Amino acid sequence: MIYKNATEMAAALAAKEISSVELTQSHLNRIGAVDGDVKAFLHVDTEGALAQAAAVDADRAAGKALSPLAGVPLALKDVLAQKGVPTTAGSKILQGWKPPYDSTVVSKLKNAGVVILGKTNMDEFAMGSSTENSGYGPTFNPWDLTRTPGGSSGGSAAAVSAFEAPLAIGSDTGGSIRQPAALTGIVGVRPTYGAVSRYGLIAYSSSLDQAGPFGRTVLDTAMLHEIIAGYDPHDATSINASVPSVVAAAKNGDVKGMKIGVIKQLQGEGYQKGVQTRFTESLDLLASLGAEIVEVDCPSFEFALAAYYLIAPSECSSNLARFDAMRYGLRTGDEGGASAEAVMASTRDAGFGREVKRRIILGTYALSSGYYDAYYGSAQKIRTLIIQDYAKAFTQADVLVSPTAPTTAYKIGEKVDDPMAMYLGDVATIPVNLAGICGMSLPAGLAEEDNLPVGFQIMAPAMQDQRLYQAGAALEAALSSKWGGTLITKAPALAGGAR
Amino acid sequence: MALNYDEVVAKYDPVLGLEVHVELNTESKMFCSCATTFGAEPNTQTCPVCLALPGALPVVNAKAIESTIKIGLALNCSIAPYSRFARKNYFYPDMPKNFQISQYDEPICFDGYVDVEIETEEGPKQFRIEVERVHMEEDTGKSLHVGGATGRIHGADYSLLDYNRAGIPLVEIVTKIVPGTGKYAPEVAKAYVAELRDILRGLGVSDVKMEQGSLRCDANVSLMLKDATELGTRSETKNVNSLRSVERAIRGEMLRHAEILETGGKVKQETRHFQEDTGLTRSGRSKEQAEDYRYFPDPDLVPVKPDAAWIETLRATLPERPSIRRKRLKEQWAVPDKEFEAMVNADVLDIVEQTVLLGADPTKARTWWLGEVSRIANDKGVSITEISITPADVAELINLVASGELTDKLARQVVEGVIAGEGSPSEVVAKRGIKVVNDDGALMAAIEKVCAAQADTAEKVRGGHLPAAGALIGAVMKETAGQADAAKVRELLLKYLGQ
Repeated sequence: MIYKNATEMAAALAAKEISSVELTQSHLNRIGAVDGDVKAFLHVDTEGALAQAAAVDADRAAGKALSPLAGVPLALKDVLAQKGVPTTAGSKILQGWKPPYDSTVVSKLKNAGVVILGKTNMDEFAMGSSTENSGYGPTFNPWDLTRTPGGSSGGSAAAVSAFEAPLAIGSDTGGSIRQPAALTGIVGVRPTYGAVSRYGLIAYSSSLDQAGPFGRTVLDTAMLHEIIAGYDPHDATSINASVPSVVAAAKNGDVKGMKIGVIKQLQGEGYQKGVQTRFTESLDLLASLGAEIVEVDCPSFEFALAAYYLIAPSECSSNLARFDAMRYGLRTGDEGGASAEAVMASTRDAGFGREVKRRIILGTYALSSGYYDAYYGSAQKIRTLIIQDYAKAFTQADVLVSPTAPTTAYKIGEKVDDPMAMYLGDVATIPVNLAGICGMSLPAGLAEEDNLPVGFQIMAPAMQDQRLYQAGAALEAALSSKWGGTLITKAPALAGGAR
Repeated sequence: MALNYDEVVAKYDPVLGLEVHVELNTESKMFCSCATTFGAEPNTQTCPVCLALPGALPVVNAKAIESTIKIGLALNCSIAPYSRFARKNYFYPDMPKNFQISQYDEPICFDGYVDVEIETEEGPKQFRIEVERVHMEEDTGKSLHVGGATGRIHGADYSLLDYNRAGIPLVEIVTKIVPGTGKYAPEVAKAYVAELRDILRGLGVSDVKMEQGSLRCDANVSLMLKDATELGTRSETKNVNSLRSVERAIRGEMLRHAEILETGGKVKQETRHFQEDTGLTRSGRSKEQAEDYRYFPDPDLVPVKPDAAWIETLRATLPERPSIRRKRLKEQWAVPDKEFEAMVNADVLDIVEQTVLLGADPTKARTWWLGEVSRIANDKGVSITEISITPADVAELINLVASGELTDKLARQVVEGVIAGEGSPSEVVAKRGIKVVNDDGALMAAIEKVCAAQADTAEKVRGGHLPAAGALIGAVMKETAGQADAAKVRELLLKYLGQ
């Protein structure tokens, strides 16, 4: 059953062919068998998950109306607060902290009866693209355990592709859902900014962060998307509008007459050959399904990476100031009458990793008096230009597409000492975040040179998330019929697992 | 030889700048729904938001925005159609996020003024204080430094933190520089703060209790030589917690600056703390190296865009300006200067006005509130607004006296009864059986008795020496145990004695 899709599991639960406790236990067993190698989870909440599953089973037995995904298990990125469950955002500075409250995403999942198996590994405070920046060690790509699953939501993506969970929640600030989805051969969506509440999502960069769903199919992902999205009065940036009908769109994949814009700036040089090949193939497939392929020009995208690496660090330098040892989390250096200031400095030195410190320093500098206009101010102007580029492109096309990441999964340790090389991996995903629009990555096949998954990215205007699913489902159906099943079914077996 | 005050103002011109912080009296905090009750047990009015737990987000209190706009309108400010919150970044243990949400270059209200009038040797003189901006921010928590000699953080054994105050809405009202007040600088500053206090109280947006810290004033003072064109270096005095302290602090700083300048020294730009006991200021942190707060727009909050029609609705609800109202009432009630000042100082304008509006004679209303009621309030050690007698009671009382049902003396007993909780004036009259003796027969009997006993005096009156009647009237009043109306006694007595 664990190799099924979430939708299939939900149907089996509804038909009472299996109980949620059984389904949850199967996944816990799988985690026990393979997570020693994959290391997708930072914390497995065995008791909490089984209790939640039992409650869903009881409700079902009592004939209560249940949400479509009730009883289906899920892996939660450790960036989201869950009451009473350790939540660290991948950082040593929060080791042992148990939130006294649920994030809005967690409340919605609980209300829908989705069973939360545990918290998944991530780059510390979501800063990174390989999960190697976790304070608790890296996660390994189930397709090749010597490689990274991408990041920062690498734990969530790996959990889904290793069949440890059929669904997962990630967060995407510069590509942190789409890029690991691409590198692990699954589907990941970054919803429109403001579509999913950020309340309880530990902030990295407030104006860019957005939680979103992972699944093994477009429809599974849509089902989860619909549960977590919606207006939340506890988040001032939450959009007060009805959730786009993403499930209906995923069920009606169709690109006939759809205009699909290929972004000139997001292809060619710097993109791995196999990535480019799979991307072009998918385009041809979409054209054969009746889509009209056009090329669009987004000249400001050239500066997107630079703008991102000023805005995100600037916001993080302020967002992460609260980790000061005064109220929660790690505290070091508190001996011999040390001053509060000394304790704060000592704790932050001990608790934050190198990449986090690098970005705090960068952001502090960018916001400093005398540098603000040149750095933060200029970056905001670029942001406006990127929004304008998108606005213009969306007058020419219904959705825009590109490869999700320039390369397939790279080796653990390969880029860890070269931050610039690592940053370049986000070149195709970052513009979506800067513009606050939505994007999806879905599997486009394996690159012939390394047999690793390639991601195909679809982008749509703000609050038009259903277009991602409509186009994505059509492409997925065409590719699956070509492959004889979804790409994930081609993943190699893991030691300890049945396949 | 240090200059005395007159010598200082003969040689130098003081320049003021006043920053007033006002705690709004909203029921909940600025960015969360925690209560704002003063004096609650430490850390009982906190939540994930105001404790800055990871993941928590601020949402603006709409009532606080309304109050701030009302303040801006009352201070003749323009209201910005678009303003934003900014983060002021600095580390301090009583500030949970290690940044304060404030407003920086986009305040909600700007360019206003307040006219104040003070008494000078040349008669009343008006000064216009220009208001640069009125902006919103959140208060910090409170630190209590335990141990050490000074109660300051340096030298303390440990510090206790109370976050109840963290996040209480504050409004900061900043003046432009105030030149040209000369020797009246301390009085003008005091009058300005008093006028602000009255305006804010009239608006009902704050408790404006300086002693509880809900109105706090920071006074910037600098001196320049009479013929100089450049401003002198300023000091900023904090902790000024009463109107009298405003005056004392500014006078003290003028003298201190002058002494430094006279001895060839340089005034340091610094923060100083006013000390209530000595009336002097002591040095706080030096501002020579301006702290870099790295202000930037808060990405967790959306811009404030008040609707123009709504602003006009608020403008229409503004109460009369206190200084204008005072002028009007003084004229309407024909109150002499001294008495009116006494009313203002005793804070009885509101209740007297309410009493007059209920039909009472203004002079009588004033006399009762300022006289008997104030006396009892003083004895009981409560404020006049807290004492249990209402404007309606006093109006009724005045009515009873006017209609002859009570004498002034009996009315005083009735006041005591009302305050003792025996009911309304007429109920007290009924319960206590208080009655004016105006039965002519009973009075005549007393008059005859007194005239017989003091035949010599009666003869003098009969002979036309009217001043002698006083003694007889007093005796009759004594005979009737004070229940007679003295005017009536006089009338009957003179008639009886043929006058």
